[in-house]
Amino acid sequence: MSTTGLPFPGLRSGVELVPTTDQPQTGKDFTSDQEVRWCPGCGDYAVLKAVQGFLPDLGLRRENIVFVSGIGCSSRFPYYLDTYGMHSIHGRAPSIATGIATAREDLSVWVVTGDGDALSIGGNHLIHALRRNVNMTILLFNNRIYGLTKGQYSPTSETGKITKSTPMGSLDHPFNPVSLALGAEATFVARTIDSDRKHLTTVLSAAAAHRGTSLVEIYQNCPIFNDGAFDAIKDNDTKADAIIPLVHGEPIVFGNGAKGLVRDSETGGVKIVAVADVGDDAILVHDAHNPDPTTAFAISRLTDAGYLNQSPIGIFRQVERPTYDDQAREQVRVARGSAPGLQAVVDGGGDVWTVDS
Amino acid sequence: MTVETPKPVEQLERVVIRFAGDSGDGMQLTGDRFTQETAVFGNDLSTLPSFPAEIRAPAGTIPGVSSFQLHFASRDILTPGDHPHVLVAMNPAALRANVADLRPGATIIVDTHDFTARNLAKAGYDANPLDDGSLDDFTVHAIDLTGIAVAATSEFGLSRKDAARSKNMLALGLLSWMYGRPVEGTLSHLASKFAGRPSVRDANIAALRAGWNFGETTEAFAVRYEVEPAAAAPGRYRNVTGNTALSYGILAAGDRSGLPVFLGAYPITPASDVLHELSRHKGLGVTTFQAEDEIAGIGAALGAAYAGVLGVTITSGPGIALKSEAIGLAVMLELPLVVVDVQRGGPSTGLPTKTEQADLLQAMYGRNGEAPLPIVAPRSPGDCFDAALEAARIAITYRTPVMLLSDGYLANGSEPWRIPEIAALPRIEPAFATGPNRRVVEKDGSLSDVFWPYLRDESTLARPWAPPGVAGLEHRIGGIEKAGHAENGTGDISYDPANHDRMVRLRQAKVDAVAESVAGVEVDDPSGRARLLMVGWGSTYGPIGAGVRRVRDLGHDVAQVHLRHLNPFPTNLGEVLRRYDKVLVPEMNLGQLSLLLRAKYLVDAQPLTSVRGMPFGAEEMERLILDALADLGERPHRSTTLAHVRRLDLQEAGK
Ligand code: SF4
Repeated sequence: MSTTGLPFPGLRSGVELVPTTDQPQTGKDFTSDQEVRWCPGCGDYAVLKAVQGFLPDLGLRRENIVFVSGIGCSSRFPYYLDTYGMHSIHGRAPSIATGIATAREDLSVWVVTGDGDALSIGGNHLIHALRRNVNMTILLFNNRIYGLTKGQYSPTSETGKITKSTPMGSLDHPFNPVSLALGAEATFVARTIDSDRKHLTTVLSAAAAHRGTSLVEIYQNCPIFNDGAFDAIKDNDTKADAIIPLVHGEPIVFGNGAKGLVRDSETGGVKIVAVADVGDDAILVHDAHNPDPTTAFAISRLTDAGYLNQSPIGIFRQVERPTYDDQAREQVRVARGSAPGLQAVVDGGGDVWTVDS
Repeated sequence: MTVETPKPVEQLERVVIRFAGDSGDGMQLTGDRFTQETAVFGNDLSTLPSFPAEIRAPAGTIPGVSSFQLHFASRDILTPGDHPHVLVAMNPAALRANVADLRPGATIIVDTHDFTARNLAKAGYDANPLDDGSLDDFTVHAIDLTGIAVAATSEFGLSRKDAARSKNMLALGLLSWMYGRPVEGTLSHLASKFAGRPSVRDANIAALRAGWNFGETTEAFAVRYEVEPAAAAPGRYRNVTGNTALSYGILAAGDRSGLPVFLGAYPITPASDVLHELSRHKGLGVTTFQAEDEIAGIGAALGAAYAGVLGVTITSGPGIALKSEAIGLAVMLELPLVVVDVQRGGPSTGLPTKTEQADLLQAMYGRNGEAPLPIVAPRSPGDCFDAALEAARIAITYRTPVMLLSDGYLANGSEPWRIPEIAALPRIEPAFATGPNRRVVEKDGSLSDVFWPYLRDESTLARPWAPPGVAGLEHRIGGIEKAGHAENGTGDISYDPANHDRMVRLRQAKVDAVAESVAGVEVDDPSGRARLLMVGWGSTYGPIGAGVRRVRDLGHDVAQVHLRHLNPFPTNLGEVLRRYDKVLVPEMNLGQLSLLLRAKYLVDAQPLTSVRGMPFGAEEMERLILDALADLGERPHRSTTLAHVRRLDLQEAGK
């Protein structure tokens, strides 16, 4: 029996290449028999629940969904989902997922990774997956700390962070994952929060529907080693001023409508103003579909690099570009049309001679 | 004008020719074309290209010299030859870099065009070797090949520089005349290669013809030589390099298993040609992925294997070092994966364009933890086809990464190859899992059929291969230790000490079980009286075989064993080794196979080591074997050797 003999469905292009099911599904169908082993209060629980709750909405056949992870607390994710899954090695999940997505267009491929996994040891794979635009969705759990190795600073930790490996404070400037992804010209870049199930689900739906590499940064609280890192954007008293919500086609305002974004003619970027000072019409309308990532990048710069008192949340960019895997399969398809068989290839073009018995 | 009489023809049994010139002189192409002509003519042959690691080292200098050696004969041969009978030197540096390899009586054809004071100095000559008597031991043909080429191509309107570039075709034409090579293949090669540039095409063809005519008409070349075709098994033949044959082996594995091939690779010398070759065959369902680094290359191949296709990654030693962690993951996941290491001189960057066999222990042990994997090695360029097919067979059958150890000498060297009939090759059965494989008792006492991803086949110990897409087989696998044995094949994470101990031993036992599917080693010991056994692996096959033949020609008994499988060893190997009084292991490293043999079998296997970036020479091997025989008290040897060497010299010089 060959691959084509397996009950894999027909192979054609488009977002719908993953086979769907008519059977009603529930979150329970996606829950494996494994005991979940994150620390009590870990933000990962909320994301897992949201994913288990949201997957049935996709209506895909469970056997055509694959979750691949690297190493870290969040990378245990695949064990808890009753789909196909691989828990791989540190930082390499995007490369493994690239192979899966390129070999099989009928699979919905998901990568679960963290700030250390994706941005430190696996940084190279992440940026190359994003520029290639392989059809997969990357969930980047950003808790701004190393959890599994017990609390060292991570590439998204604020400078000066005191940890076991940096008793006098960390020295390195942090990455902003959204800025990094936009710099790599990712076609789908979003940011959401573990505790906001509704927003998380909306973003995940859009990411899954997007053909290409979708990067979703999820702010995730680690109560053990970095508790409260996202309090300012979660606390009911502060979040109105801390979250800059991005909704495609809507003016970008926050602080209960008092503050908004306008273009900054001095820097070429964007800046925060009092809406009352400039008037509603001057406020920047969010355009996630702008083929030029410049404005999205400028918006991403409004994220605090230090303690997080302010951060744009939502879909920064969502544009269409042919995917690597679709094009790779297309090349094979086109070449097949005119190809000589293997025997002809092995025979070679000329310079063949025969020895008679 | 004198009446032309056909020049006399002299019969030779074998000839070694070396083309040498500057990197930009087209010596590899010239050698390759002469090789193709020779192959079509029906001689047996063996080639050794040699080129600098730099793309264009400074012109006219010794480091910039590129050469191509070809050994062809009217009988079967095993090595590219130790000492060229003919050296074609296109500039002073090429002469200086190669003349030391010649024996007295050899022929040198020199392009005098670059023998200017400046170029002589660049090559490190104080005086012009063409007139200081230093070449008196040789037959020297000093000819302005460049000048003749420029004159012969004047009508095509090329720049002087472009016209001069056809000098390599002039040299090829001259040598083709000397040895009666058919040039039709070269003519059509030039026609297609320069189809878009008719003037270049015509100039090259004119230069080739001019070279041929020059030989025919010039008195300096008094005789032509003839080397009769060699006897060969019936069949269709072509010439093939190791990297090409290896690529075809991978394609054939895809064909015979019915699996699409997915290659993930990062360019690296001397493996890149496999990436190039496979990239040309998308029409056969091959996907090639040029990754951002070595790790992503294997990562994608492993992902593809998980998805149910034939995953392959190719690299050289430095790339294996980078891939080690992912290879360990493949061992843990128990997925089929072919990992090709085209070895080169190491450590670190080492000698990228030179050959070595020093990655054997890296292949065996270069991973954290107990991470065994099967290792196979080809013995000749054409054999790379069979070795690749065998690697894929083991990988697919046993669900394991397999290391295929080629090397730079095999990769770039070539030989006549009997073209296999693909459809007649044995099938490889992927045997995907299609449904539940285990009945379990649920907590409530009911029975249900489930899928255990690590429920093993009893004889191969292989686990099921269950690519995504089949309902009911959803499962999770990973690099963490897991329960994966007969009582619990769920693959669930397990940190239980006894389970880990069991799993480590199971993974080892599975690799050991591969030996059951492999024939025992064949011992080449025609008389059955040999006391000395030569054991080799990989590309030392040719030199060891050639040395063994020479020693047998002297009337001595010596046995030879050559290993295709380095891990696990064939089951009869220990018994074979113990049969002999002395066991010698020639290797292009510091004794890696001998170390393994000694450790496993407690035999006194002695390494014979060479790490010069070059294969052993046949003559060198003969001496090493004779010395070993002398240690065993087999005489006479020394005087015979010298006489024998002298006899061969005379024969080689055509006297
Ligand atoms: S260490 Fe932090 S991130 Fe890891 S499981 Fe515990 S709470 Fe979650």
